[in-house]
Amino acid sequence: MSVAVTTDGLGKRYGRRRWALSDCSLEVPSGHVVGLVGPNGAGKTTLLNLAVGLLSATTGTISVLGGNPSDRPEQLARVGFVAQDTPTYSHLSVADHLHLGARLNPGWDAHWAAKRIAETGVDPTQKAGQLSGGQRAQLALTLALAKRPELLLLDEPVAGLDPLARREFLQTLMIAVADDGVTVVLSSHLVADLERVSDYLIVLAAAHVELAGEVEHLLATHRRLVGPRRDSVSLPGDCRVIDASHTDRQTTLLVRTDTPIHDPAWIVEDIDLEDLVLAYMGQTSNVERNRRSGLRVQP
Amino acid sequence: MIEFRLDSTSGVSPYLQLVHQVRQALRLGMLEEGDQLPTVKEVVARLAINPNTVLKAYRELEHEGLASARPGVGTFITRTLSDASLAAHGPLRREMSRWLVKARQAGLDDESIEALFRDTFRSASAEDVA
Repeated sequence: MSVAVTTDGLGKRYGRRRWALSDCSLEVPSGHVVGLVGPNGAGKTTLLNLAVGLLSATTGTISVLGGNPSDRPEQLARVGFVAQDTPTYSHLSVADHLHLGARLNPGWDAHWAAKRIAETGVDPTQKAGQLSGGQRAQLALTLALAKRPELLLLDEPVAGLDPLARREFLQTLMIAVADDGVTVVLSSHLVADLERVSDYLIVLAAAHVELAGEVEHLLATHRRLVGPRRDSVSLPGDCRVIDASHTDRQTTLLVRTDTPIHDPAWIVEDIDLEDLVLAYMGQTSNVERNRRSGLRVQP
Repeated sequence: MIEFRLDSTSGVSPYLQLVHQVRQALRLGMLEEGDQLPTVKEVVARLAINPNTVLKAYRELEHEGLASARPGVGTFITRTLSDASLAAHGPLRREMSRWLVKARQAGLDDESIEALFRDTFRSASAEDVA
């Protein structure tokens, strides 16, 4: 398995105190569409900006496609990036953007870019500032893809789009994945979208990596257990409680386990991606809450 | 040709939904031996889903002997699901009816019966997997 991005102990501090990202060690395998999720301020944008060399690390290392992110122009040519809110130059026309792209990128595919713009039905003479949100997002995506990158990083590209524009954006993206096998890292709050497009998941929370892995494996190894209230829970050895909640009669757990749970006292349920994301996003606060509620989990 | 759809609220993984839809189309006669399945790119373009999901569904269908890939051409249905198990349906249904009578005599209402069935079904499948 080849690796698109490797980070080791990566950290970024703003000012004297605020760590936007801290002790982040992960590997993004090539050929995947990676969903990057986490609450606002969890470090998603910082991680992506570090990966394209817009920021430099305070601690640790990051390697992108085997090289230093900001090393040389050749390195940048291999990575496509669409920043938050899909920025474009509002006073330049769509055609101007394509000319710029052609001048600035050695591997620019002008034919493909023109065809793509034609497919979206945008008039090339129109100024980017007059485009709808969906059209602007398509323009930004076309610019990023026309340089034929091996890795494409997208920072919440669909956040401000209506459902139709969002679907069209993801269609373009998935066709590019099918055609070129480009590796994609996509940050988003829209888990329903990620459920369709991503096959690898990274959850960031409070500047840390909470979870990373192939979606299918993650869903296969997490279960929800519902049963009568118990304060002291005895579960199989490899079972880790991610989230626990109680009423006076009932206990609901979300656990990670590699072995099936046969204890008949539990109703064992599959979970979906949204359950998984929410459980890990809330984990930090849950640990605190469980300590207060006196829940003890026996290993 | 079959047109795939995705139900994001079903809780069934996208690749399994595709597999189920092919099987269902075969049972209903909407797909027959020799029919071509949409190319991966066609499915991706229509549903905006990860190409690996489609590839995985098609591999599963190949594994089940329902389809086969012809390199450079596409994936084709190789077998019809003429329901050979149809004959077994009658006896199974009668057995289940008898079971239902027993369940009602024991005082279970519709919801309890459904819950019991689903729960037993799930633990049986879980044991098969394990």
